[in-house]
Parts: sequence; C-alpha cells; structure tokens
Amino acid sequence: MSDAGTVHPIRVTINGEAYERTVESRQLLVHFIRDTLALKGTHIGCDTGNCGACTIIVNGKLIKSCMMLAVQADGAEVETVESLAEDGELNPIQKAFHAEHGLQCGYCTPGLLMSATYLLRNNPNPSEEEILRGIRGNICRCTGYVNVVRAVQVAAGAEPTAGAASREEAAR
Amino acid sequence: MSAEAVRRRAGSRPERDPEAMSAATRAETVTAPSETTEELGRWSGKSVRRTEDGRLLKGQGKFADDHWVHRQGFAQFVRSPHAHAKIVSIDTSKAMSLDGVFTVLTGEEAKEMCEVPFFQIAPEPGGKLQEWPLAVDKVRYHGDAVAVVLAETRELARDAAELVEVEYEPLEAIVDGVAAAESGAPVLHEEIGSNVAWQGTYDYGDIDWALENADHVVKIDRLHFHRFSSTPLECNAAVVDWDPGTGVVEVFSNNQMPMFGSMVIGPTLGVPSNKLIFSSQDIGGAFGIKIGSYPQLAALALLSKKAGRPAKWAESRSEHMLSAGHGNERSFVDIEVPVQSDGTILGFKVKAFDNAGAYLHYEPLGAVIWSQVTPGCYRMKHIRVDFTQTLTNKCPTIPNRGYSRLQHLWMIERIVDIVAQELDFDPVELRRRNYVQPEDYPYETPNRCVYDSGDLPRSLELALEAIDAPKWLERQRELGTGSGKRIGIGIGSTLDSGTNNFGQARIVNPELPFSGNGEAAYVKLDLYGEVNVNIGTTPQGQSHETTAAQVVADILNMDHGDVNVTAGFDQRHNTYVAFSGTYASQFAVTGLGAVMGAARKLRDEIITLAAYALEADEDEIVLENGACHVRDDPERAIPFIGLANMALSNNAVLTPELRERISLNCRYVYTPPFDVPDAETKTGNITLTYASQIHAAVVEIDEETGKLEILDYVAVDDCGRVINPQIVEGQVHGATALGIGAALYEAFDYDPSGQLQQSSFYEYHALTAPDMPMIKYADIESPSPFTPNGAKGMGEGGGAPLSTICSAIQDALGDRDAVVSDSHNPWWRIHELLRSGENGGPRGVEVSSR
Repeated sequence: MSDAGTVHPIRVTINGEAYERTVESRQLLVHFIRDTLALKGTHIGCDTGNCGACTIIVNGKLIKSCMMLAVQADGAEVETVESLAEDGELNPIQKAFHAEHGLQCGYCTPGLLMSATYLLRNNPNPSEEEILRGIRGNICRCTGYVNVVRAVQVAAGAEPTAGAASREEAAR
Repeated sequence: MSAEAVRRRAGSRPERDPEAMSAATRAETVTAPSETTEELGRWSGKSVRRTEDGRLLKGQGKFADDHWVHRQGFAQFVRSPHAHAKIVSIDTSKAMSLDGVFTVLTGEEAKEMCEVPFFQIAPEPGGKLQEWPLAVDKVRYHGDAVAVVLAETRELARDAAELVEVEYEPLEAIVDGVAAAESGAPVLHEEIGSNVAWQGTYDYGDIDWALENADHVVKIDRLHFHRFSSTPLECNAAVVDWDPGTGVVEVFSNNQMPMFGSMVIGPTLGVPSNKLIFSSQDIGGAFGIKIGSYPQLAALALLSKKAGRPAKWAESRSEHMLSAGHGNERSFVDIEVPVQSDGTILGFKVKAFDNAGAYLHYEPLGAVIWSQVTPGCYRMKHIRVDFTQTLTNKCPTIPNRGYSRLQHLWMIERIVDIVAQELDFDPVELRRRNYVQPEDYPYETPNRCVYDSGDLPRSLELALEAIDAPKWLERQRELGTGSGKRIGIGIGSTLDSGTNNFGQARIVNPELPFSGNGEAAYVKLDLYGEVNVNIGTTPQGQSHETTAAQVVADILNMDHGDVNVTAGFDQRHNTYVAFSGTYASQFAVTGLGAVMGAARKLRDEIITLAAYALEADEDEIVLENGACHVRDDPERAIPFIGLANMALSNNAVLTPELRERISLNCRYVYTPPFDVPDAETKTGNITLTYASQIHAAVVEIDEETGKLEILDYVAVDDCGRVINPQIVEGQVHGATALGIGAALYEAFDYDPSGQLQQSSFYEYHALTAPDMPMIKYADIESPSPFTPNGAKGMGEGGGAPLSTICSAIQDALGDRDAVVSDSHNPWWRIHELLRSGENGGPRGVEVSSR
C-alpha cells in the first residue's frame, strides 16, 4: 500500500560517484539503480533472485540487486556493469566475451560480467568446474554457457577449452 | 574427421587479426550441387566479431524497459486466479481512489473502444472465436487479463491492481488436450460450440496398404510432448503512446514480429497500419515467444487512449510464465508403424492432439507447420496424420523455438527408437538405412516439400566419432548389471526448416489471402559517403548487424567495419514488408537476400556515377575500400564521399538522365520462389530450406534415484553455407541448451483445476551453467541450391536434444523394457521408468508380425 511506504535519505557510491537520494523503504536496489539513477545497464529478468541479470557488486560482495532494498545500500560502495570499461575501452573480461562470442542478445551479459569479475578477483585461475559454479547464479537463454565459460577461461589467460572434450576427457 | 579434430576445432579460437582470418575453422565442407551460389567474398564465411557487442558489454544496450517517455504512467494488468470462470462484476472504485492512479480499463470498456475482435486465422467453426484485448464476460485460463491499471509509479500500479475487486463464478476447467475434444467437456468458447479449434487429415501414400502388407506393425498407444517455453530472459515490455493529436499510436516494445502484430491489432483498434508505428532496439531473447505480446499491446494502446498519456509496461517473470505464451503441448495417440524385415520403415499413422490453450494466438498455424517435416529425416512414403487442435484452460500457446516441427520430429525419433527396440534393430543402423540419402537431394517428400540438400549419414558418422561411440558401447557392456549405474547412448536426427511459405496458411484455411515470404532492406550512401543498411528484421541476439555488414562489405569490396547497420527496427525509417520480423529460421536467406539485392543495386549506381565522374566505361570501374578507381589507373579515383556529394548535395553537375536514375538509396525486397500450395491435397513446397542436426549423447543413469548425468554430447550441424561460423556455433549451443533444459528440467504443469504449478524460475528451473554439459560441435556445409547465397536459415535447431536425450534414456533402460513416452524426463520420471520396467508395468507397445 502506498501509505505503508516511509521514505529514507540514503547515500550510495556507485562506480565511484556518490549519490544522495530519498527513497521509499520498499524500493528495490535494482529499481533505484535503473529507475532513479537511470543506470540502465543492470537488468531485470525475474523478481525472485533466480536469474542474475541484476547481479552487481556491493562492498566487494556479489549480490543480486533485486534481493536487496535501496535503503540497505545506504553507505555502500556499489559496482555495476558501467564500471567495467576503462576510458570507454572494453576491459580484459569484456574483450574475452567479445572474442569468444560469450553473448548473443546481451540481456544477461551485465550480470554475467559482474559474476565473472567477482570470480576472477577471488580466483584468478579457475577450473572449468569452478567457472560453472561461479556463474550458476546467472541464467542465460541464448549461449548455452559454453562460450561464456570459454570467455572466462580466456579472461583468466587460459585456453578456451570448454566443449573441447567430454567431462571425463577434460578431467584427465 | 576424427574426435581429435572435433576437440581441436572446439578449442580453436578465431584469429584476432581479421586479415589472417580464414575459413579454416570450418570442420568440413560437403559440396552439393548449387546453381545460385556465388563465390563468397572477403568477409562472408569468417568469424568476424560482432558489432553489437560493444554497447551490450558496456551496459549501453537499449532494451524495451530502458525506454522512458515524458508523462508516462506505469501499467499493471489484473489477472485471473481462476482457470475458467464467469466474470460477475468488476469494481475499480477502490483502485481509482488511490492518489496517483490515472485510470483503470476493464475488459468490457476495452471491447467498447474496439472496432472488431482480433482477426482469426482458423476457418469456422474455430474461426468464430472472439478475442478482445482483455477478457470479457469470462476468463479462460489462470492468468487471463481482466483489467489494466495505469498509475504514477510501478509500485503504485501494483497496489492499485490489487485493489481492483473482481467477482468470479468459477466454472469447471478442462486442461487435457485430448479430453477437451470429447463431447461433454466444458466448452471454453460457446460461439464455437466445442473445444475443437481445427481438425484435418493429412494423408499421403497409402498407409492402409502399408499396414496390411508390412512384415511387422508396431503399435504405440500414446506419446506425449510436454509444454515448456524458452522463457527469454527479458520479459515482455513496452511503452505505448496513443497521440490524440495525430491519431498515431507509437509502440516501442520488444515484439519480434511487429507486422503480424500490426495486422492483428490494427483493425481491432481502428488504427490504420500507417499510424500504428512499431519500434524496438535491443531485444533480450525472444525465441518465438515475443510474437505473442500483441493482445497486451492492444490493451496498452486503449489504456493510453483512455488516460491520455503513454502507458509503460514491464511484465514480471511470474506474469510472463502465466500469460506470455507457452510452446505447444501435443499428444500422439494410436500410432501404427509398418516395418519391413530389412528395417525399412514404410511410414506411420497417428492421431495428433495439439493443445493450444485458451485462445488462438498465431494458431492454428501449428496445425500445418509440422508438415514441413512430415517424414522427418526419413524416406517414409505412407503417412496419415489426423490432426486436431483443441482449446483448453491453459495459457495460449505461441511459436517457441522449433515451433510445431519439434513435436512431430520428436515423435518420429521415438518411433524409430521404439521400432529398433521392439524388432531388435540397432538404432544407429536403422537410422542409416532409413535416412534420406545424399544422392536423393533435392528430395521430394510425400507432401511435395523439397528437402534442398544435406548429408545425414556423414553427419551421423561425425557425431559418433565425436563421442567415441565404440568406447561407450564397450563401457556399457563392462558395466553389466549390479553396478547400480546404466549408460545409454542416444541419437537425435532433426530438421530446422526455414523460410516458410505462408501459403501453408491456406492448408488450414483456404480463404486466407496469404502466400510466399520475403524481407526488405535499404542500402545507401549517406551525406558524406558512409554506407548504411537497414532491414525489416527485429533481431534478438542473432547478430544481424554483423552478418549484414559482412555481405554488404563483400559486395562493395570494403571493410565490414565501415558498413553501419542500423541497430533495431523503427517503422518510421526502416523498410519492411508484411512478413518482416525475426522468426522461423530465415534471416540468412530472406534478410541477407534483401541486403544483398539492395547492395548490388547500390554498387551498380556507384559504378554508373563513378564512370561519369572519372570519364571511364562502367566496366573499367573498380570498387575498393570505399572508393572507385579506373582499372590499371589507380590515380583516376573518386571516394564514396565524392559520389555522395554529386548525387545528394551537388546534383547540378549531373546530367538530367543521371539525376533521374541515381538516388544512392537502394531498396530491395527478396522473395523466395514459392507457389501457392494445394489446400485440397495438403501438398506443396511450404519451406525453402532444411538445415539438419544430428546430435549424439552419452548419459549415465543412477538406478536408485533416477538421476541422469550427461557424460558426453555432440551437436553436428549443417545449415548450408555459413556466413559467420562463430555465430552459427553459438546458436547451435543455445538451441541445444534449451532442448536439454526442456528434456530434463523445464515444464509447465497444470493441476486438474487449471492452476499453473510453475510461476517462477524456482519451480521452472531454467537450465543453469552446471546443468549444461560443455558440448562438442562439428559441422558440414551442404549449400542450398535454392537460396541467393547457399545458406539455410538456422537457429531453432529442431529440438534435437529432446529426441537425443529420450533416445539415450531408452538405450540405458535396455532390458528393463519400459518405453520412454514423454518428452520431459526429470529424475523422478526416469525413476518411474526404471520401476515400471521392474514391475512389468504396461508398456503401451505392441508388435504384430506376418
């Protein structure tokens, strides 16, 4: 109900820029980012925390921004897909997605890029299994994940071997 | 090609340096006779990196919900919690009393604002069905929209929608697509008088003779193809603005077939097509499902008209699952298959019941589209299909990747595996024996479709090599009984028919004035000589900007990076025909056919103009990297900017004749060579191209739990000449993933009262990365003799994984004798199959031999 909503002033740093806004207590962080701040790179594919299109990094942790209220981000440091490119140039992870065709429609891509960023920050040389687990929170309906895994392999400086062998052969 | 080569290829990375790119990434080329195929140029056939990626990787795409306009309100639909109920009353007063609510539109009001109900494709009696933008008098499925609210914010619109009070009088629901056809079933649409939307018999060859004279007849009681959706990650969304001043209705949305939408809703809204303006830029996946947003778009148009402001709508995921459209569910009953002792399958006879849900959206075209692949990959001659499409209290169906063919192809693959099991044939040998053979092409099917080219035995061989089939057969034998594990090897053979002939609509309704197909493109030089392309298509990840630039660059002999292809579709500036859009595996043929035609026209104009400017003969003019020069005299040259100047801003230097002839803005409409099919005999060439998919899988099943693990998987693809190998491989991956998801996890189930059981990704379990085997890929190229570039449409993938996984499960069951009869096989169904075999449960299969 509209009269149930109280408002709160919050201060959030997103991609290095500080924003001060007053938000309704029930506003989701993803709606704050998209609707209030017009940062449209972060997407919405469900409302239940399943799809990962809204994945961002908050205080160094990977989160789904539809699972967090804007007020909970008060004082937080937030990173979204818009932070990745360096002076307008694709960063190495983005370049790897480009080189390996790790995206088709591009809707899940911002979330996947943030998951890949988080994964490689914490595990610079992930195995194929670790990559699959690292992106399990991101649903992609176009790529079948094969080229996404290859892209993360390339971003980690490895050969894009996903799909080159059966799981058994790969484990050898 | 060895398995080694497959591995190498899968792991190989396209070269970074475009100059160093070669077609060497192709696994193998099998050449079929080709009359129209011309030499591929510098760019076509190479893994050029995608133009689209830059903006999408930076979060700079423009998707439907990214579009905001001045004075917009947020729309929220009010949807029925009942599957079937009378609407007794709707009270909007509480919703309207909320501060910030602009208006509420009910079904009854919407109907009064409309001229006519939505156009129906079906002949009578199915065609009597009346559908309006919102439900009127009664609701017919869980999620049917009864009203729509417009408010100042998203949250407020949701609050208000909850305050719309609807009184329902529940009615008995019918959800089973076979039972719905029986007399006595609750009727959804009284004006039709029954739930039968369409019924017809497809009868080719002489199936009665074949059944009487065959050495064996295999009878299968029932096979069931389940309901699922590719669930694009971006839900439907739109901003619809009915401008009271001009009468123009602007629809910025992610609808993937806007011209069809326009033709359906225009007459209903009373808006002429030149004032119903669709546009879109980036679309977050669609897979056919986004053909189906037109009823919502019509409701939003009326809402905007009533409120006097733009209506912005972003569908929620649960709303998408409830009401955006599902793939067709189909039951195959009383199947009879005549088989000779040598393994020749003569054909089949079947009663098919297609469950279209509560309204006919694009249907009953699904009642004919399967017949593009009537005999599947096989030389079967005697086929009778009694096809009934029924209306039930489920979400309306809409074309979903592989639309209508994948159900039929799955049934045929089940037939082949069941025949193999019952008559003790090797399923691989049985396929080899019955496949259409390479020398048969162009192959005319019993219903006079023409399979253009292919090499199925070679594809099968590649698939078996890639998974190292002998190794797994050995492993299967070693495992024996008592290990608690079973290994199964499965094959799926499917066709992705592309570039359909809309004349097939006449097979369901001879009165329909539709036939052929086509697409339109502009290629032009802009003010400073820049090359620009725009097309009538609405891509959703299929990389049209990249591949169109490749073919234009080849024709104008320039760098593909210097060709700009307009992102997205805008009816105001893109060219289009009524068939425009992106659907049904056809861009490489119709879209690129149009682009090639327009680019050639522009090239001709450029040559004429350059010859005039350089005082040379036209046949002396050479195009190179955005300029023209005289052959053997590179100093006599003029860049495109000079030509653009002459034609566009300096035209007094031209002769009157050149001024008349040259626009540097060239339009071309590609139309495939189709005739009108014969509605009486239900025959004719109803599709131009047939890409093929041979998939092979190795699965391991745990006997205790029914858990299935895919140990190896390969997709072998043949889509004719390939324009961009990396893009084709990517689409094969995607189609395979959706098929594996549907085979093992994804289903839309309704309880008997018509309640949908899966309304979020929690229950639906869309395939995640750890669920997906990292599949192998190989391909061959059998160029189509019927297309401008030898390419075939692709991308839908024929639903091969559904057939392949079922085949592998069947193989793993082995001596347990249970028959895989459903396309959806999560662990619990496999568990049931294992137990039913042990218990000697009914198998639903019978063989009679002479």
